Amino acid sequence: MSRPRAVVLCAPGTNRDGDVAFALDLAGADTQRVSIHEAFATPALLANAQLLVIPGGFSFADALGAGRLFALELVTHLRDELLAFVAVGKPVIGICNGFQVLIRTGLLPGQGRTVALGPNTDETGSPNGFVCTWVGIRPVSTTSIWTAALFDDETGTPRQVECPIAHGEGRFTCDDETLHALQSNGQIAFRYEGLNPNGSRDDVAGICDSTGLVLGLMPHPENHVLPRQHPQHLRGHRAGLAAALFESGVAHASAL
Amino acid sequence: LATTITIDADLTDSDRSKLERILVDPLLETGRWDDSIGPDQVDIALIPGVTDTPAAQVVHAAKLLGIEVRDASVGRLITIGSANSQEQDGVEVGRRLANAVIERWEVGHQVEPGFAAREAAIPETEHVELPDDESALVSIGRERGLALDLAELITVREHFVELARTPTDAELETLAQTWSEHCAHKSFRADVVVTDHDGTVRSVEPLLTQLRRSTAEIDATFVVSAFDGNAGIVQFTPDRTYALKCETHNHPSAIEPFGGANTGVGGVIRDIIGAHHRAIACTNILCFGPADTPPERIPEGVLHPTRIIEGVVAGVADYGNKIGLPTVAGAVLYDPAYISNPLVFAGCIGVAAADRPPLTGPHPGDRVVVFGGRTGRDGIRGATFSSMEMDATTGDVAGASVQIGDPIVEKLVSDLLVDGWNLYTAITDCGAGGLSSAIGELADGIGADVELTRVPLKYAGLAPWEIWLSEAQERMVVAVAPGQMDDLYRLADRHGVELTDLGTFTGDGQLVVRYGGDPIIDLETSFLHNGRPRRRLEATLPRPFRTRAPLACSDPAGALLGLLAHPNIASKAAIIRRYDHEILGSTLVRPLTGVRNDGPADGIVLAEPTDDHGIVIGIGVNPWYGLNDPERMAWAVVDEAIRNIVVAGGNPAAVALMDNFSWGNPTRATTFGELVAAVQGCCDAAHFYRAPFVSGKDSLNNEYLTTDGTRHAIPPTLVITAVAPIEDVANIVTPDLKHSGDVLVLLGRTVPEFGGSHLAMVLDDHTPSAVPAPDQSAADRYWSIHEAIQHGLIAAAHDCSEGGLAVAVAEMAIAGRLGVELDLSNVSDDLATSLFSESAGRIVCEVRPQHLAEFKQLFGEDGIIIGHVTSHVTGENTFVVSTIAAGGTDGAFELTIDQLVTAFNTTPVGSET
Repeated sequence: MSRPRAVVLCAPGTNRDGDVAFALDLAGADTQRVSIHEAFATPALLANAQLLVIPGGFSFADALGAGRLFALELVTHLRDELLAFVAVGKPVIGICNGFQVLIRTGLLPGQGRTVALGPNTDETGSPNGFVCTWVGIRPVSTTSIWTAALFDDETGTPRQVECPIAHGEGRFTCDDETLHALQSNGQIAFRYEGLNPNGSRDDVAGICDSTGLVLGLMPHPENHVLPRQHPQHLRGHRAGLAAALFESGVAHASAL
Repeated sequence: LATTITIDADLTDSDRSKLERILVDPLLETGRWDDSIGPDQVDIALIPGVTDTPAAQVVHAAKLLGIEVRDASVGRLITIGSANSQEQDGVEVGRRLANAVIERWEVGHQVEPGFAAREAAIPETEHVELPDDESALVSIGRERGLALDLAELITVREHFVELARTPTDAELETLAQTWSEHCAHKSFRADVVVTDHDGTVRSVEPLLTQLRRSTAEIDATFVVSAFDGNAGIVQFTPDRTYALKCETHNHPSAIEPFGGANTGVGGVIRDIIGAHHRAIACTNILCFGPADTPPERIPEGVLHPTRIIEGVVAGVADYGNKIGLPTVAGAVLYDPAYISNPLVFAGCIGVAAADRPPLTGPHPGDRVVVFGGRTGRDGIRGATFSSMEMDATTGDVAGASVQIGDPIVEKLVSDLLVDGWNLYTAITDCGAGGLSSAIGELADGIGADVELTRVPLKYAGLAPWEIWLSEAQERMVVAVAPGQMDDLYRLADRHGVELTDLGTFTGDGQLVVRYGGDPIIDLETSFLHNGRPRRRLEATLPRPFRTRAPLACSDPAGALLGLLAHPNIASKAAIIRRYDHEILGSTLVRPLTGVRNDGPADGIVLAEPTDDHGIVIGIGVNPWYGLNDPERMAWAVVDEAIRNIVVAGGNPAAVALMDNFSWGNPTRATTFGELVAAVQGCCDAAHFYRAPFVSGKDSLNNEYLTTDGTRHAIPPTLVITAVAPIEDVANIVTPDLKHSGDVLVLLGRTVPEFGGSHLAMVLDDHTPSAVPAPDQSAADRYWSIHEAIQHGLIAAAHDCSEGGLAVAVAEMAIAGRLGVELDLSNVSDDLATSLFSESAGRIVCEVRPQHLAEFKQLFGEDGIIIGHVTSHVTGENTFVVSTIAAGGTDGAFELTIDQLVTAFNTTPVGSET
């Protein structure tokens, strides 16, 4: 099985592109970092790939709100290519800022529904700004191709992933009707386990589209693909490795 | 609080709805057009020329939407409410809500938006007459803020007499920046005349020479380059080199905390890029006034500590998080002496492949190329400003010295220069002095001829000398062989970075700067860089109190809780969590550690995800020792930085050191004497540990003159950053206790040393006592620790520093959420000494019972068994000290782990997000 080509699409201010490229290569992909200038000039760079990542960072400094300008750039210059990418069944993942971008482009949650990621709030609901800490997230959706390897083959029990968050605008919110639709469509991809670090509604940490190909999540699984990256590894902790998430995406892409 | 966006454009209704869809997310926000401003509302906008990234993005978004927009300005609208409506004169409101250094405001009606200035360029260059009369000469220097002393002004005048012409304003400013304390480190290069305790007078080498000499004498094989260029360079392994640098950004952070700290971080990252390395991590050490300082204690013109803390922390977080570097190691100190002069130390570490050929340029014929941000009237005269003491007018007169950074642009520039590392022959950053110091330094001995009208400007209206001096951020200057220019243009285009060819490195040794063809500067680089008369400074050495004396402590349990809750010792999680310390996936030991990630770590360990080896970073700082005994302070903080490294598993045989001195006015003999003593302590400690200094930076004149004439000087503050290799990341250790039943061993000797101790602060008992003395057996101990860690004999290790043994063990128990039973009868014969003395060189180790024999063989008499680890039962007293001092159980006490945790997590006011 040949290594599928993965493209990590970078805007000015993208900064976790290297981290996710490392995670994808480790999972068996052949990863290339592409700037939006290059992608706009040569859309084939995208068409020739089997997997697309919108990585984390502060695209355009998030000066108008997280991900808004990056999303506008994509909708203006690459709209059809992105729709075609998903239409032919290729997986897409947006992490942190990338999640915010996918929502603003309308790729998530899809079907014209709107959700948003607002400024973090604490238990009392008051804003608490940028937070960097480790969280546990539990895979929920069985339709997402990205969570496939996170459910036990025999028992089907979900395996919790542990990884850091590092964001100021990650509070998932939407209206009741949308939330119920996402729940019944199996579009809730991940929920925070234990600590809900940003006040997200229904503890939602990530969602996918109705096809299960497009995933967006706030935490950074790319920063826990080696056991030694876990803060407790010196205490013998070995659980919660996130590598399986990228392996799921790469496995699906290589089957294309 | 609302965000106001002012757009200079003729918008149709459809334009408005298109823009609104981008600017307002209906699930999160509401937006209104042409909204009126109420009488109880304050409209705040940035002053033109201050970086306004949101405004730039509004224009960008409009362009993508095909909407014609001339300019935009983004501000804040704050409703002050009836309670404060008497503040409508606006002055008080502004002081409370805005910062006149970068903002302007109106109450009740719209403030003039901060659109970029549009005046036509003023190409005038002024020729300045330098009078023979000395007082007239000095007053010209003062009027122009040149920060040059009389001898220097005379040297300048004589030089132009020889040239038979008057200097231009640009030439004067260039000399002032290049010869400023900030750029030239005059005091560290000055001849020193020392008056000893017995009154004898002797002259000693310049301080910088002493530090360089100690490094040369240690002659460590891992030092590639020390005290040369933008950063120190070391090589621990065959595959790569590391660049190390730590900067100070004190004055800017005092008047505009966010921008000052923000650009401090950006500046030190550029130093690493300028050293031809890729930045991988940031550090920062912050010194603030106490957050609970009563407002009436704040001198006129000074911001309250809570605003400085909030602004500085936000500035550090903003730059590091956005440029995508982990902010990993640091310290936060609180003392009233920092109220009017806070300190911000920003450090950065970079990495590069060792087999890469070194840069050999600039060569005659190379092009002078500037990259990155555009040039504006921001940051004029930063170098001279930061070389002067501050007073109530500093905020107004020096406002133009402070800027807001743009980490996104710096990220693009950095990525470009890393990708194109082989396309240039020399590189440096635009820091203090802007193009004048960057091109001036590169042209040293070679000469350059540049044209200022080619410099891309943020807006028109800059005088030539302003373009030349502007410290606008995120700019780098490189020397490029003509044949490489095409490739560089292509690369810059792909990265979306602006690149400008300003001229040529000539080879004739002249620095020629033109505006529209006419030279406005024509100076020999030899005079620019070597023409400055060497200073001569008087130093009166301090006479420290060095008699060991115990401290009486009637309530040890209360004292321990008081120490854990002291702002200097209590958890810094509220600040640390605002920094991304995870990005790049290379942080293996974080600033917070333990079962709940809430215990303090010692050394910070970094290793690239593909590597089995890495580096460890340790930091030492203690201004309270500095007040009592600057020489011992220096030794103690070098020792602490190295101990932080050793307990984490770093190799004590290969430690590189960085020094950062923040001091008062060096022309005061006693103040400079304290600096001389501290440098002596640094050199002695470096020799003792065979740990060379590879880079340093001093910030002097950290003093504030209040309107009533009172002078506020900071305590002697020396920050030591130590970096060492970790041979195998499988062998690293953290301070959190690991298993119930393990044995606790104290290494090192404990004597009553309470000078500048935190127990003295908590008890407010300042009985004279010695600052911790150098421990002559520490070096051997650190060797043995390293060997023990390689053999897996140490389960946890923590250094004893502020608060002594009791605080060290308490922190280990908190981090591991495990109990302890201690018998300290073999530590000393005095209660307070055993628990709280801050004697140097000591380490607490957790050892598994099966390893104890082997551990004892290594350490022999040096190790004292002080107890063992027990399990933690919530609500039960599992922190048990059965015997504290030899002979009797006086002062024995018990606490619950939860009591320790609660005390430790007392967040200092103002450091919440």
